Amino acid sequence: MAIRSFFVPFLLFGLYFYSSLSPVLSLYEDQVGLMDWHQQYIGKVKQAVFSTQKTGRRRVIVSTEENVIASLDLRHGEIFWRHLLGSDDVIDGIDIGLGKYVITLSSGGSILRSWNLPDGQMVWESYLQGPKHSKSFLLVPTNLKIEKDSVIVVFSNGRLHAVSCIDGEVLWKKDFEAESFEVQQVIKPPGSDLIYVVGFAASSQFEMYQINGRNGELLKHESTTFSSGFLGEVSLVSSETVVALDSTGSILLTISFQNGEISFQQTPISNLYEHFSGPAIIIPSSVPGIFAIKTNAITIFIRVIGEGMLEVAEKTNHETAISDSLPLSEGQQAFALIQHAGSEIHLAVKLAHDWDGNLLKESIKMNQQRGLVHKVFINNYIRTDKSHGFRVLIVMEDHSLLLLQQGTIVWSREDGLASIIDVTTSELPVERDGVSVAKVEHNLFEWLKGHMLKLKGTLMLASPEDVALIQSMRLKSSEKSKMTRDHNGFRKLLIVLTRAGKLFALHTGDGHIVWSHLLRSLHKSEPCQSPIGLNLYQWQVPHHHAMDENPSVLVVSRCGPSSDAPGVLSFIDTYTGNELSSLSLAHAVAQVIPLPYTDSTEQRLHLLIDSDKHAHLYPKTSEALSIFKREFSNIYWYSVEGHNGIIKGHALKYECTGKVADEFCFDTRELWSVVFPSESEKIIATVTRKLNEVVHTQAKVIADQDVMYKYISKNLLFVVTVAPKGCGEIGSVTPEESWLVAYLIDTVTGRILHRVTHHGAQGPVHAVFSENWVVYHYFNLRAHRYELSVIELYDQSRADNKDVWKLVLGKHNLTSPISLFSRPEVITKSQSYFFTHSVKAIAVTSTAKGITSKQLLIGTIGDQVLALDKRFLDPRRSVNPTQAEKEEGIIPLTDSLPIIPQSYVTHALRVEGLRGIITVPAKLESTTLVFAHGVDLFFTQLAPSRTYDSLTEDFNYALLLITIVALVAAIFVTWRLSERKELQEKWR
Amino acid sequence: MEKGKGVMGSGRRWAVDFSDNSTALSSRDIRDPPGFTRASVDQDDSTVSRQKKDAESNWKAQKAWEVAQAPFKNLLMMGFMMWMAGNTVHLFSIGITFSALWQPISALQGVGKVFEPYKDGKVELLGPKLLFIALNLGGLALGVWKLNTLGLLPTHASDWVSSLPPAQEVEYSGGGIPL
Repeated sequence: MAIRSFFVPFLLFGLYFYSSLSPVLSLYEDQVGLMDWHQQYIGKVKQAVFSTQKTGRRRVIVSTEENVIASLDLRHGEIFWRHLLGSDDVIDGIDIGLGKYVITLSSGGSILRSWNLPDGQMVWESYLQGPKHSKSFLLVPTNLKIEKDSVIVVFSNGRLHAVSCIDGEVLWKKDFEAESFEVQQVIKPPGSDLIYVVGFAASSQFEMYQINGRNGELLKHESTTFSSGFLGEVSLVSSETVVALDSTGSILLTISFQNGEISFQQTPISNLYEHFSGPAIIIPSSVPGIFAIKTNAITIFIRVIGEGMLEVAEKTNHETAISDSLPLSEGQQAFALIQHAGSEIHLAVKLAHDWDGNLLKESIKMNQQRGLVHKVFINNYIRTDKSHGFRVLIVMEDHSLLLLQQGTIVWSREDGLASIIDVTTSELPVERDGVSVAKVEHNLFEWLKGHMLKLKGTLMLASPEDVALIQSMRLKSSEKSKMTRDHNGFRKLLIVLTRAGKLFALHTGDGHIVWSHLLRSLHKSEPCQSPIGLNLYQWQVPHHHAMDENPSVLVVSRCGPSSDAPGVLSFIDTYTGNELSSLSLAHAVAQVIPLPYTDSTEQRLHLLIDSDKHAHLYPKTSEALSIFKREFSNIYWYSVEGHNGIIKGHALKYECTGKVADEFCFDTRELWSVVFPSESEKIIATVTRKLNEVVHTQAKVIADQDVMYKYISKNLLFVVTVAPKGCGEIGSVTPEESWLVAYLIDTVTGRILHRVTHHGAQGPVHAVFSENWVVYHYFNLRAHRYELSVIELYDQSRADNKDVWKLVLGKHNLTSPISLFSRPEVITKSQSYFFTHSVKAIAVTSTAKGITSKQLLIGTIGDQVLALDKRFLDPRRSVNPTQAEKEEGIIPLTDSLPIIPQSYVTHALRVEGLRGIITVPAKLESTTLVFAHGVDLFFTQLAPSRTYDSLTEDFNYALLLITIVALVAAIFVTWRLSERKELQEKWR
Repeated sequence: MEKGKGVMGSGRRWAVDFSDNSTALSSRDIRDPPGFTRASVDQDDSTVSRQKKDAESNWKAQKAWEVAQAPFKNLLMMGFMMWMAGNTVHLFSIGITFSALWQPISALQGVGKVFEPYKDGKVELLGPKLLFIALNLGGLALGVWKLNTLGLLPTHASDWVSSLPPAQEVEYSGGGIPL
């Protein structure tokens, strides 16, 4: 009690000081990079084109699965320039035109763009329309010219276009309107102006169109029927021959259309390979004279000799990858072949017509954590002795990009980090003898030099060179990248799961990769054909009594895209990255519910719900079971069925009724359901509070020392529904036929605590739920602006607790456990504001004790993160706040929320393709760690109410030092003076 | 207060009483001059000294009352300063409030000392002491009242619930959209 009353003046003091400070939290120029780091990635490379121009630095242009086109430096792998096309603008093909333009075809072949190669500026953009959807092809022939104009040939949307390379003008076009025609290849044989378009029609007909490349005139149209149909893709083996498979996948068809005459040649695969069984697939490649098929685990390279004759060149059961062909001098074509053999990869560069000879053969040691080689791109250079040298760009299973040259890995890029699925954090080991991994040892001289420099800096005596040196010392401080826990909790591990199924641990200090691990359980295997990583959970967070255990995370994955595919659990030690164990489950994983209970080794209990609505308890130990059974009747779960608009609540029943007795499996029964009328409402967003959020207090002190009690419940679900018509893009409906309804639902009882309708509003909705408030973002069709709304919940049934004496003596029931089945009296306060930006993600800062005021972190459409004080989203704001309210810190109401340029957390940087923002509390109450990820990664520390519990970076130590020195000197001087005077007094 | 203490109290270290000493000396060594009767003088002397003592104790009582009333002036001045300081929490108002609290407390601690010089068998000190204490308590009350108007006293419900943790919920529910 004494402590509390002691606290009051401090709190008020704090409040006063806080309100006197400006809310702007900005950064000085020299503080950039001290607390934050930024990493740029591009994603898994889909296609790479090497710049052949001799002048300038060597570059490679790549397009990726994250829809990035980028120009990379071949020497170091750095990004020269990069453009992120939108997620609905998928890149279909890239090429280089005239040696100085990068041509990209995207959006299903409907947008053709040209970019300047040296600097990445866009030169022109063309929209290509067509009669129907089809595959798209981009060809940039070197020798086709129409009136001195270089031509780009594009087949897209069932139409063949010839586009000028200079200005993007469509020179001619030709439709292929035949109903069932499916284009397979567009071929431009070198040395002629003809263009061949080949494809299948009605699944059993092979069609060939011969077109004059100068004017688009149809010269010839041939078709042949092949009764047993076709399977999959075709492989181009020469400019006038393709190879296809029949629909059973067991007969190879060599189709030649020389001089416009189609001729077939059938070769059963069993003729080439006697142990052949099961269907084969063609590996797409474009090496003349050679193609590859894959059957079971065996890859067969087949040579085409003469008139459709086939011959096996090589059979291998190693994993292989083959590049496209690269024209060398004298009409020779080279290609690269990579084969895995244990921990090494063998790279061979061969000439297309000479399988047995190798231009180059190297073996390179490869990190097992990178997995298999997925793609190979080859490029050559002329050595000083005029011979050909080769460099090979390879894309690995973990989406990383490596450049191989002269038998070594020249550089590598961890581009898997561009596609993060889920993030969690882990503490670092406690500093003990021998635990520290940091090897940065200074000798005494360096140490002294550093401190002298720092002293000079603080006393403002440093020269500009010294300042630069000090700055680089600050940035490279080994302190922040140490591998041990620090006092303030700033150093942690960010554990990220990428789409490639690789787990990375990033250090929060400088973002370096501490370990990476390609999950074995996410590898393709017999029982699990296409595993997908789903989520990460903190499995074991040891503290207090289980200090010796290493923390571990749980990776939940699934075999295949369907929701009833069996699940796989893997447990990863976060200090080492080792897979502790993995479980292949017999049941599917529809939901994972981390329970608020841990066992004696701090393993968190998790409830996994399968597709049949059975609940499975993990870990499967008797201790966990006894803990679980104790809380059995208090555990509920709910499911949101977005497709039919139903939210259902369930309770648990003892023992599964299934076939096998399993004491860790429980039946569930439905308790309640909320059914949204499907003709008027469709669920588009649900948000809950974060499980680990800490709330400091249930009371909110308002002006005049009044109290409001927050309604704080972990079991609240915020649901937003929109009119089914308004699900489309913004502006596709009129305000009258679009509305948005927000619900707050108690997930234990199914009670709807609050419901509000926004007429004339439309999604997409982004929302964040924290403590007793929800903030959500939507589009207001009437005002033609985005809006942010806030709903705050207060508990009216507690509002009567105002008797000071009862509170002093503790005779109240404010902290006693409550049941949600007792009816709460909830009142809500809400307000809406206009907001300029459209939003990609919203998060809220979280601190260790929840005392510090909160900031919203808004990922804007410009891929930046904006920090917005929660005080701006306070439903108690009014146009003219009273004096008391002003003292409380209430800001006068304005119709729109201010965007203060200094409050961009990402300052000058952009987190391209921003997808998520994660906040983690540091140990220091004032500070929160923020991690934003998209194609890029960004990390920083944030102090929403400034660092009131520690000295800031810009604290004037010099002034403090000078004051202390001056004071000590003054003490000495006065002491001496007074002594002398006293002596004189005595002699008088 | 300080001045009175200095003059009347321990400030006086030594004194020469010429009349008294002379009589004492003369009575012992030198014979009385003729025609001088010592008895009458002695008697006369004692009456004079009694009168003198009465005067002194009167004067002491008066002084004690004066000292007892001294905090009143202080009180007025404090009130004025508090009014000047206003009702917002800042350095000046906090300083004034704390000095307003500290002065009466230190004065109350030193009640005995303040009235020490006036201690006399005959002087009635209870009244002045009570007045002194009452006035100082008044000063203290003023300080506390000021503290309260500044909002620094935990007299509101808000001061007692501001750090109450949220109530625990018995039930737990999890779930959401299927993965």
